[in-house]
Amino acid sequence: MERRQPELISAAAALRPTTRQAAPPVYELRGVSKTYALRNVHALDVIDLQLAKGSFSSVIGSSGCGKSTLLKIMAGLVPPSRGSVVLAGKPVTGPRRDIGMMFQQATLFPWRTTIENIVLPIEIRDGKGAARAKHDAARALLELVGLKGFENVYPGELSGGMAQRAAICRMLITAPEVLLLDEPFSALDELTREFMNMELQRICIDQHATAFLVTHSIQEAVILSDVVYVMTPRPGRIVEAVTIDLPRPRTLDMLSTAHFGAIVQAIRDRLDKEAFL
Amino acid sequence: MNQVELAPERTRTAADTVWFEHVSWIDSIPRSVAMIGLFVVFIALWQFLTTLNIISPIILPTPLEVAEDLIFVGANLVSGDYMLGALWITTKEVIYGFALAIAIGFSLGVLVGETAFGERAVMPYLVAIDTMPKIAFAPLFVAWLGFDIASKVALAAFIATFPIVVATAAGLHAADDNARMLFKTMGAGRWQTLVKMKLPTGLPHIFTGLKIASVGVMAGAITGEFLGGGKGFGELIRISASQLNTPRVFSLILYLSLLGLALFASVTWVQRRFVFWHRAEVRAAAEG
Repeated sequence: MERRQPELISAAAALRPTTRQAAPPVYELRGVSKTYALRNVHALDVIDLQLAKGSFSSVIGSSGCGKSTLLKIMAGLVPPSRGSVVLAGKPVTGPRRDIGMMFQQATLFPWRTTIENIVLPIEIRDGKGAARAKHDAARALLELVGLKGFENVYPGELSGGMAQRAAICRMLITAPEVLLLDEPFSALDELTREFMNMELQRICIDQHATAFLVTHSIQEAVILSDVVYVMTPRPGRIVEAVTIDLPRPRTLDMLSTAHFGAIVQAIRDRLDKEAFL
Repeated sequence: MNQVELAPERTRTAADTVWFEHVSWIDSIPRSVAMIGLFVVFIALWQFLTTLNIISPIILPTPLEVAEDLIFVGANLVSGDYMLGALWITTKEVIYGFALAIAIGFSLGVLVGETAFGERAVMPYLVAIDTMPKIAFAPLFVAWLGFDIASKVALAAFIATFPIVVATAAGLHAADDNARMLFKTMGAGRWQTLVKMKLPTGLPHIFTGLKIASVGVMAGAITGEFLGGGKGFGELIRISASQLNTPRVFSLILYLSLLGLALFASVTWVQRRFVFWHRAEVRAAAEG
């Protein structure tokens, strides 16, 4: 019974409208809710979402709307109270190597060189020998993110943006099925942040990555995403999935178009109505 | 007051706006001059107070007497006479005591910092013992371990253990939530998290604890010698003091401080080798 579940889910997903009809869902959440029994907090109401392969989705909402709980469930860090969480056909029952994650802070370890930081996920799972074997792959990733020649530099010498680029490499080294991005550039200054968002788009297209971004910034969500999920708090739920029809690749020039402004305004209206009661 | 021109420019024209910042003259003395100057003033004051018999020479010898005795003790040490033997005994006590304190302190620190059991059950007792005046245990150590170096090693280690425990435990808690979450997402086990993340993150804390301990271990060894006899440097100081040979006491303390300084310096040296990233980080933080 347990084994058949993934098939049932993908069959059900096929019936539902997805953003890119051709692409099957890589990640699927069905009826996921979370209650913290100890404090009796109803953090997440019923959440249904699917990430199509190669798509970029964002979730936006005010602080405390359950975004980070949702992300932790998707990362396999906390179990859901109810519902099914299925990545690449297998239920998520803990941290997995096909889940890549990135945080607000680059979290590079200062006693490791950049390349040693990047192969750390391999070293943890497969040991030092396997990590050394991945150095060539790590160098290729460094070139992809524009950090060629920085492999033997210690993180103390990297700028904030460069450190986040290295963190992208560390996330990609295990070739994950899905990238979970927890406000990855919000600690950077505005100019660097916009630039890094465009870099992120380029890298995701290059890697055919399926990405899921948590952010506070409507603009950031809209410019990067195919779908923006609008979340409202108490209990956390998705009130709307906004499909963004801006053409790819997105450019920073789009930020000042009327159409972009209209989408941002529509999302802000949706948030205003629900989030600040 | 004197004036320091900010951004001095040789090719300045009359149209340029020139700023001056006022710096007190005492803050503009170069470091080396200031240090040597203060030392000379201190010695001069000392010489003045003692030669004019404002302070009795039995209580405070003149700097000259101390200098003469320093040369005498130095010659004795260099010639390998009994004083060198005494210094060697104290050095052994300090090294053994420090090694013991590191071994026990680090193990207990990991127990307290890493396990809930250690934090809940062991830490309260450690705090209780730490608040006791540890030197008061010296007679017990003598009674248990005799007048040989063992009792001094024990007291030195006893005093030096606690800063290492506290620093190690604090160091293991120093890792931030992101680093912990990252290790979780990478599927790291407890041992991997400890060895690859928590311990390296905590090293700056641990070395701070080692530096405090290196001072404590000296105090412990000398106190042990004062109270438990033996043949170390502390015993020489005690005998000289009982003979009212204050210049000798001063010069012995000065040589002893070299031992303490050497211990402290070696901890600092090891720290720089091990925590090579930390100074760069501190510098970066200071520069903003």
